[in-house]
Amino acid sequence: MQISINGKLQKVLATNLAELLIEYEYSGRVATAVNETFVPVDKRPSTILSNGDRVEVLAPMQGG
Amino acid sequence: MVRSFYGITLPNGLMLGTSQYPSPAVLSRSFRESGAGVATVSLRRESAQAAGQSFWKLVRELDVMILPNTAGCHTAREAVTTAKMAREVFDTSWIKLEVIGNADNLQPDIFQLVEAARILSAEDFQVFPYTTDDLIVGERLLDAGCKVLMPYGAPIGSGRGLINEYALRAMRAEFPDIPLVIDAGIGLPSHATRAMELGYDAVLVNSSVARSDDPPAMACAMMKAIEAGKLGAQAGPIAARDMAEPSTPVIGKAFLS
Repeated sequence: MQISINGKLQKVLATNLAELLIEYEYSGRVATAVNETFVPVDKRPSTILSNGDRVEVLAPMQGG
Repeated sequence: MVRSFYGITLPNGLMLGTSQYPSPAVLSRSFRESGAGVATVSLRRESAQAAGQSFWKLVRELDVMILPNTAGCHTAREAVTTAKMAREVFDTSWIKLEVIGNADNLQPDIFQLVEAARILSAEDFQVFPYTTDDLIVGERLLDAGCKVLMPYGAPIGSGRGLINEYALRAMRAEFPDIPLVIDAGIGLPSHATRAMELGYDAVLVNSSVARSDDPPAMACAMMKAIEAGKLGAQAGPIAARDMAEPSTPVIGKAFLS
């Protein structure tokens, strides 16, 4: 299926959010949202993805 | 009078942003040499190079309080979601709540801001709202659960200083027990001094330090300016007057003409 990851449409084999992060090699301190809703770490394995979902993977960055 | 920030007494009145420095090394030196006690940070999309992870390592090594922001959010919903993500990533309930209302002057959308503050406070966040110098908005934010207020001195990144000193003075008088921080608009160390002379508890600066020719030196200048303003305020300054008053005694002056 196709999932938007950080605004870019990607082909994904993973069926849930935890698997997607592994498939796309995200690790360390990241926070996730699916379709504009925050998904905490412990909910990632049970968050089933559907074709066309929008996933955001955010990380620490400089800020004012 | 020492006012704590959600139970935390800060070592000094300098909160320093982490953006726009010429290099990570200069960023670190600016913190180390100035002694700033708080670092503001943000959340952005993770890059393929995992830039966020190296920045996280750098921030941890600063060994200061971390204050994540919701910069760039334009709605309460967006800011609340960002805050939740920041709490998980940075492992802190502190959140610098920004809900921007105008793209040109980056002033807060106070209606969305109050709404977001209410939601986040109910979810046990410790909210530092970037707000205007309006007293009623300040009251609404406190009603929403905020225990700190951060009025702007001038538009973000403008370096114009305290453009409405009257309103900021009124805010200090209206909320004597609430920690107040000037967030945004500080361009010079003298602006920071003035904020502290007005009785503010801290100053949040970023652009004025990071974009200066020598960020570590400017960060130190800001710190000294903050300390000077704070000490001056504590020392009880004299009231300004319109007419001169001789400081040298008049009595005993020789008659020589």
